[in-house]
Amino acid sequence: MSTIDPIKCEEALKFLLQFIDRELPDGQHASMEQHLHICRSCFSRMEFELRLKSKFSALSSKDVSTQLRNRISAMIEKF
Amino acid sequence: MAISKLEFESNILAMLGALHGVARRLTRNESDAEDLVAESVMRAWQARVSLADPRAFRAWLFRILNNTFISEQRKASVRPREEPLVEEFTDAEEPFSIYERMHQPFLLWFSTPEQEFLNKLLREDLDRALASLPEHYRIVAVLADVEGLKYCEIAEALDLPVGTVRSRLARARGALQRSLFAVARDRGVKTSGTCAP
Repeated sequence: MSTIDPIKCEEALKFLLQFIDRELPDGQHASMEQHLHICRSCFSRMEFELRLKSKFSALSSKDVSTQLRNRISAMIEKF
Repeated sequence: MAISKLEFESNILAMLGALHGVARRLTRNESDAEDLVAESVMRAWQARVSLADPRAFRAWLFRILNNTFISEQRKASVRPREEPLVEEFTDAEEPFSIYERMHQPFLLWFSTPEQEFLNKLLREDLDRALASLPEHYRIVAVLADVEGLKYCEIAEALDLPVGTVRSRLARARGALQRSLFAVARDRGVKTSGTCAP
C-alpha cells in the first residue's frame, strides 16, 4: 500500500498554482490534496487562486464571427 | 500520413474561437487578428506533413500561429522583437500575491476583501491586465489561463523548455496580480498594502 508524504504550508504554497493547473506528479498531487484537507489557511488561498484562474478561463471564446468562419471555410475549400 | 482535408477542416473549425482569441491578444487589433488566423491556417495546411501526432494538433497550430505572428511583425518592421536572451528579472516581475496583500484571517469568509475583489472584477480588467504584459509573458498566460493548455503543450507551441514555461507563467501571474491589485485599490476595495514589492 502506498503512503502519502505529508507536506507543510510552505511547500504547499510553493506548488499551489501547479496543483491548480494539475501539473504535479501524482504523489505530490496527493500530498497537496491531503494538506488542503487539513489546512484551512492553504485551502482558502487555493480557493482564491482557483476562482481567479476561472475568471481568466471565462475569457476564452468559442464563438467567432460568421464572417471569419466563412472566410476560413472558403479558404480550406480551395486547398 | 498527412492529415486529411476533412479532418484538418474539422479540427480548425473546432478551435477557431481559441485561435482567434489568442490572435486578438497577440495583435491587439480585430482586423489583424483575423488576417493572422487566415495566414496561420494557410501555413498549417502547407506544413501539414510536419504534424507528427494528430493528437498534438492544438499545440502544433498555436505554434504556427505564434511563428506567423513573429514573422509578420518582422516583415512589417513595426519594431524589432525584443525577446530576452536570458530570463530577465526585474522588480515588477517579483512574486506578487493579491491574497497575501488582502487576506485578513479574522474576518468571516463571506466578507473578506479578497472575495470582494473577485466579485468586483470585470472582464475588461482582466483584458487590460493581460494586454499590459510583455509579449513573451502574455502569450504564456493566455495559452495557460485563458485557453487552458498544459505546460507541455505551451512548451511545444512556443518552442521553449517546460521549465521556462513554468517560470514565465509564474512571473506573468505575478504581474497580472500586481495590475489587478492596483485596479482593486482604485475601486475602493480594502487592501492592506501597496503595489510595491
